[in-house]
Formats: sequence, C-alpha cells, structure tokens
Amino acid sequence: MLRFAARRVLLLVPILIGLSILVFLFVRALPGGPETALLGENATPERVAQVRELYGLDRPVYEQYVSYVQSVLSLDFGTSITTRQPVVEEIARRFPGTVELTVTAMIIAVAVGIPLGFVAARRYGSWVDNLSTAGSLLGIAIPVFALGYLLKYFFAIKLGWFPTQGREGSLMFRNEHPTGFYVLDGIVTGNPEAAVDALRHLILPALALATIPLAFITRITRASVLEVTGEDYVRTAEAKGMTRSVITRRHILRNAMLPIVTVVGLQTGLLLSGAVLTETVFAFDGIGRFLAQAVFARDFPVIQAGILFLAVIFVLVNLLVDLSYGLLDPRVRTR
Amino acid sequence: MSLSGAEAQETVLTQSEEARGGLVRDAFRRLRRSPQAIVGATLVLLFVLVAVFAPLLAPYSPTAQDLSQVRPGQFPGPSAEHLLGLDQLGRDELSRIIYGARYSLIIGVVSVTIGATVGMALGLLAGAFGGWVDGLVMRAADIMLAVPSLLLAIGIAALLGRSITSVMIAIGVVNIPVFARLLRGAMLSQRESDYALASRSLGVTKGRVVLKHVFPNSLAPVIVQATLALATAITEAAGLAFLGLGSPDPSIPEWGRMLAETNAYLASEPLLALWPGLAIVISVLGFYLLGEALREALDPKLRR
Repeated sequence: MLRFAARRVLLLVPILIGLSILVFLFVRALPGGPETALLGENATPERVAQVRELYGLDRPVYEQYVSYVQSVLSLDFGTSITTRQPVVEEIARRFPGTVELTVTAMIIAVAVGIPLGFVAARRYGSWVDNLSTAGSLLGIAIPVFALGYLLKYFFAIKLGWFPTQGREGSLMFRNEHPTGFYVLDGIVTGNPEAAVDALRHLILPALALATIPLAFITRITRASVLEVTGEDYVRTAEAKGMTRSVITRRHILRNAMLPIVTVVGLQTGLLLSGAVLTETVFAFDGIGRFLAQAVFARDFPVIQAGILFLAVIFVLVNLLVDLSYGLLDPRVRTR
Repeated sequence: MSLSGAEAQETVLTQSEEARGGLVRDAFRRLRRSPQAIVGATLVLLFVLVAVFAPLLAPYSPTAQDLSQVRPGQFPGPSAEHLLGLDQLGRDELSRIIYGARYSLIIGVVSVTIGATVGMALGLLAGAFGGWVDGLVMRAADIMLAVPSLLLAIGIAALLGRSITSVMIAIGVVNIPVFARLLRGAMLSQRESDYALASRSLGVTKGRVVLKHVFPNSLAPVIVQATLALATAITEAAGLAFLGLGSPDPSIPEWGRMLAETNAYLASEPLLALWPGLAIVISVLGFYLLGEALREALDPKLRR
C-alpha cells in the first residue's frame, strides 16, 4: 500500500510542473505582457520600465520561469490590482468560505445521491427509478446560477426561510473568526447563534451547487449497482443462502463503490468551478466570487493565482481519491 | 495462395466497410425506437429552427425599446402584446430569448468544431505514431484536464478579452484534450483489432491502415462526445456570459447575461430570470438526451 501511495504521489510531480508552466505562460500570453497584468492597462511607460526591471522581465524566459517557481513556492503571488493587498492573503482569507460551501454541497450530493441511486437500481423500472432518472437529467441540464436564482427567489425572497446573500447576518459583525470557517467559529467561540446563522447562509448556495454532483452520483450509483447485482458472485452468495443485507453490504456496495468514488473525485472540479457562479449569485464571500470579480476587473495576479490554487486543490482531491481505491479494492494496490 | 494480395486486400476492405455501414444503419434503427433519442432530437430541432428563423419568429427586434411602459424597478409582465413581458430596458423578452438561441447555437457549434478538429488532429497523431509523440500529446492533455474546465475557460476568455470570439476559443480549447484522448484511445483499441492486423499482414502500409480503417472505425465515440460537448458548451457559454465575459455590447441577447442582469430585479420580476434559465435547460437537455441515445445506439456491445 505504501509503495502504491508513493508511486501515485510521484506521478503528481509532472502534472504540477506542467500546471506551473501553463499558468506561467498564461500571463505572458496577455496582450501587453505581464506588465499589463501587474499594473493594469493604463500604466505610464516609466512605470512599465520600472516594473520590467523589478520583476526581471528583461531576463531570458527560462530564468523568469525559475524565479516564478521560486516565488510560487514561497507563496508570493504578487499584489492584487484592485485591493492592493497580497494575493495570497486575499485567497487565504476567502478559502475557508469556499471549503465550507463545497464540502456542504458534496455532503448533500453524497447523502442523497448514493441512497437514491441505490434504491433506483434495486427497484429498477419503478416510479422511484423513473423519478431519479428524470431528476438527474434535469440536474445536469440546469445551470447552477439559474437554479441559484430560482432557490433565492422562492426560499429567500418569497418564503423568507433563508438569507438572500452573504456568509453571515448583518447583526453578526461582532462575531469572532479564529478559523475562518464560520460554522466552526460559532461552535468554537461558544456562540451557537452565530453557528446557526452561518449554516443558514450556507444552505441555499450549497443546494444550488450540489445539483450537478448529485445528478452524476445518482446516475453512476444506479448504473454501478445494476452492473454488480448481475455478477456471478452475487448469485453465488444468494445461492449460499446469505442474507440480503450481508449481500448488499459485502458484495454489492463494496464492489459498486469504486466508480462512485471516482465520480465524487471528478465532481470536485465541477464544484470548484461552479463555486465561481454560485458564490456570485449569493454574494458569498469565497474564492469563487473573488475570482469572478477579478475577471471583471481584469485583475490578472488574482486570476493567475486563483486558477493555479483551485487546480492544485482539484489535483490533490483526485490524489486522495486514487489513494482511497487502494483501501477499497486490494487488487489496485498490487498493480 | 489462391487470392492475390490485391484481391485479398479488397475483401478485407469491403468487409470492414460493410461492418461500418451495418453499424450505422443499425444505430439509426435503434435511435428511431428510442424515446430518449426522439425527445432529444425534437428539442435540438426546435432549438436549431428557432435560432435559424429568429428574424421570422421574433415578434419584435431584440434591441427595440418600448420605454413608455417601463418604470424603475417595475416592468409590465406577460401580456397579449408581449407574451413574456418586457425586460428592464423595455425590450421584448420573447424576442430576446429567440435571438439568444442564435448566439448559443453559434458559440456551441464553433467551439465544439474548434475542440473536435484540433483535438482529433492531435489524437490522430498520437494514435498513429505512438512513442514520444503519443507521450507528449497525452501529458499535455493530462495537464489541461487538471484544471477544472470552466475555470480554464474563464482564464482563457479573460486573457483574450470580452468578446464572443474569445468565448468560442476558450470553450474550444477546453474541449481539445477531451477529443484528443478519446480518439487516441479508440484508435489504440482499433489498431489491435483483427481487420487492422489482417490488412497489415497483407502488406497494406501502416499509414493506409490507419487512415482507411482504424480512423473511420474510431469515430463513433467522437460523434457521441461532440453531441454531449454541445450541451456543455451552451452551459459554459452561459456561465461565461453570466460572469461578464461574453460580448461587451449590452444589446446582444446572450441568455447567460440576461440572467445576470435580472439579479437586481429578482424580487419584483422573477419571471425575467425564469425565461433565459428555461431556454438554457431546454437546449442543453436536447443535446444531452440525443448524445446519450447516440452513445447507446453506437455501442457495439449492445448490437443484436
């Protein structure tokens, strides 16, 4: 298992190097070059020359790349053009919000999707099955931001059950935030009211964001359970007289898990990019909304760092997924 | 040897072509019997017809303003004159939705064409040559796929500036690694197949086997992917427009932007958010259903 894990981690190295080259070239492909990215489009020629020298843009490209990697490794992503703050601080401050949102969305998707897909497969052709198929189709077709507006209108504006925007209520400005995860902060600082308030702000954006992974998880669980149920070893287990719950747990679910876990990993990518849209709809202060604002303001240091950051998270989540294969399926370890 | 090399070659050729013709005919027969395919194809047809005949179908110009009826924060809803009501600038919502179909269709088709042609060219190179060419193409694809697709598209579109062309290029580029991988994978499995081996053993050159046999027989998954990619392209284009990355011209009716603009009026005019959302869902659903039905119809494992 250790060797399997070590090899899988080593495979990350070329991907990460490739990502860094991609993002490094990204700003250099900008019309006007990285100077424009750093200074904005209305900089004076003197200032441009100054910046070129300061950042070594007059040196050969490979030297520039090396110094870029050095600055990335020391977490120096430059300064945001709009907020004039170090990009890494801006991202670090908003990261917990995005984590709260995406994790909540994933929990909803897994908690609903796996049982729903399982029931649909076991009752193949029933109304549950048809309903889950139709529902997951709709979930794939509806854009997260359109659903976001729909949820916001009905549950926040019309019914008033949930707040329309933000991460906490306006009366909560006195709350302390030691961790940046607002729900956790409320619990840690002994302020249950704040925790509930933060949770209420999470529900609607998380629901909107959860639809895509929910749809895919339901579909893949259904397909995977259907396939495994037809396998010989399930019939053998039945013939041996094993109880239905044992067959379900040991034979069907465990074997059906592999493709489900893969989809869960891949869906994190959709969640991270969907967060850009969902956080914008609900004015939820996370990395996604920050990135959307940076796109609007052409704040390239933020766009560059934001994309690199989210891509690395995506790669790491998929590493975890791959490693979990080894735990779920002993055959993978020896390969 | 009773058969000359050339004759034998011809036999192999016709057999592989017969199999392909059979598969296409078979797939078509199965498509006609699949309710999923019929619903999908109907929705796609509806979408394409609306886009093509927009000037004939739209009751008003998408840019014509009727400011006499619009007050700040309050616009007349659906009426006999304006079936879907007026938007915040007094423009007919139905006409804007109808014209919006044009932009969605053009962006979808052009971006998928970019992604599919470049991706297939790269996949063909990788699948035909193997070795270091294959390694290089596939590693580059891996790196691009390491960035979540919408994020990559946002980055590229932001880099190219606000225009419909940059949206098309951004979504096209995002699709390149998907098509490259797909075609290469399909070609690798076809290259090992009996008919390819038979042609090779009869002395047909490697290039000819690849172009005449392996490539055409590897196209089925590409066609399926192209249909599904159209669905994704429409959603992603709407997402980019929503973020302000579409055309800088506010008179252009892009569904994604129309949705973004309703944010300020959501409490008073929720229907204005519903129509573009519904338009996106219908068009995406059409391509998705059709793509899934095609996948099932073209799957040789399901052939009877």
